[in-house]
Amino acid sequence: MQTLEPYLAEHPFLKGLEPEHIKTIAECASNVRFDEDQFIFHEGEEANNFYIILNGKVSIELFAAERGTIRVQTIGEGEILGWSWLIPPYRWHFDAKVIEVTRAIALNGKCLRTKCENNHNLGYELLKRFTNIIAQRLEATRLQLLDIYGVHR
Amino acid sequence: MHVQFPMMPSPFRIHKIRKETYDTCTIELIPFGENNITSFAAGQFNMLYVFGVGEAPISISGNPSISNSFIHTVRKVGSVTEAIHKLKCGDTIGVRGPFGTHWPLEESKGKDIVIIAGGIGLAPIRSAIYQIIFERDRYGKIILLYGARTPDDMIYKKELEHWRGIFDIEVKVTVDSASSNWRGNVGVVTSLIHKAHFEPFQTTAMICGPEVMMRFTIKELLNCGVKLNNIYISMERNMKCGICLCGHCQFGPKFVCKDGPVFCYDHIKELFGKREI
Repeated sequence: MQTLEPYLAEHPFLKGLEPEHIKTIAECASNVRFDEDQFIFHEGEEANNFYIILNGKVSIELFAAERGTIRVQTIGEGEILGWSWLIPPYRWHFDAKVIEVTRAIALNGKCLRTKCENNHNLGYELLKRFTNIIAQRLEATRLQLLDIYGVHR
Repeated sequence: MHVQFPMMPSPFRIHKIRKETYDTCTIELIPFGENNITSFAAGQFNMLYVFGVGEAPISISGNPSISNSFIHTVRKVGSVTEAIHKLKCGDTIGVRGPFGTHWPLEESKGKDIVIIAGGIGLAPIRSAIYQIIFERDRYGKIILLYGARTPDDMIYKKELEHWRGIFDIEVKVTVDSASSNWRGNVGVVTSLIHKAHFEPFQTTAMICGPEVMMRFTIKELLNCGVKLNNIYISMERNMKCGICLCGHCQFGPKFVCKDGPVFCYDHIKELFGKREI
């Protein structure tokens, strides 16, 4: 039976992890597929997963009554969707809606949290990788907030 | 340029006006005086003079291979550009130029080209895109990454579609924010760099946009392995005379009107982004 281990080991996000760490992560992994316009998660719901996007496109968005839907970021092939599973209270901060049919590897957050508690080396390695993603998103958000393309007289 | 009197504008007639966005338009200018020089190199700029109002430096965004007119894309950001927006077809405008340095198209032959533009920054680089497409087989991969504020702020929408569909170019577009009608990418333009497929050690990068955007873009390109001396940027400063006399556009020991607006990043890396300069 083919497992997800080889793919996970080659993915840039997990590259360099010990084989036993990859094996442990694969135990929490499953293949998923989402249709266009399907919500993967909603703001406020319990954050139980994160996703490695294989192909497709997902929009991170929020709804404001006075403005409607506001798209703040799109996530595509090879990218990571979701880090709220890692930080208490484990609730999503935004909605995730599928723009193009998306295939992904879902990693169960509860399962991974338990494994990270039992294996701090794995926990540290994952935390380093997610910290990098969170830092990139923070930098991108700051640039978006600067409104660099606006006219500033 | 009027060779004897570089400070004297030549009269041009507005031949066509195309609205790009709510605050940006593209104008085509045809000469009708003694001076009918309209040849230029991709990346250069002209001083456009609205009589009775003043002058502003505007990049030339037309096709250098078809040089019987000047094409400029102008965004309303001040009194002169607002006056340009009020002009109609048939009106006269003064032109001095072309001035400044150009994109390194000759030196980049055989290499991959990554063009990264933000906002109105696509205008100064469009003439280079035309030139590269004209000589497509002389370059490796061609990648255009374009970031705008919102879908409504994107310029050259038809050309972007055209380049994506017909030519051998990888075109990726992103906006900083959008509503649910937008099916494309949302995020900063730097987020597109790692999604593009190019050979960093054999790549020339050409960047044009707000300086903050260019700083973060350069950082990302260097992280990818693009060499310092293969990164080129187009700077914007307060150009006045265009011939390196007045000093308004001084940038450390350089003058943007003459030594720029296109600079090799390796030559200005110590100056770029410095608060004191």
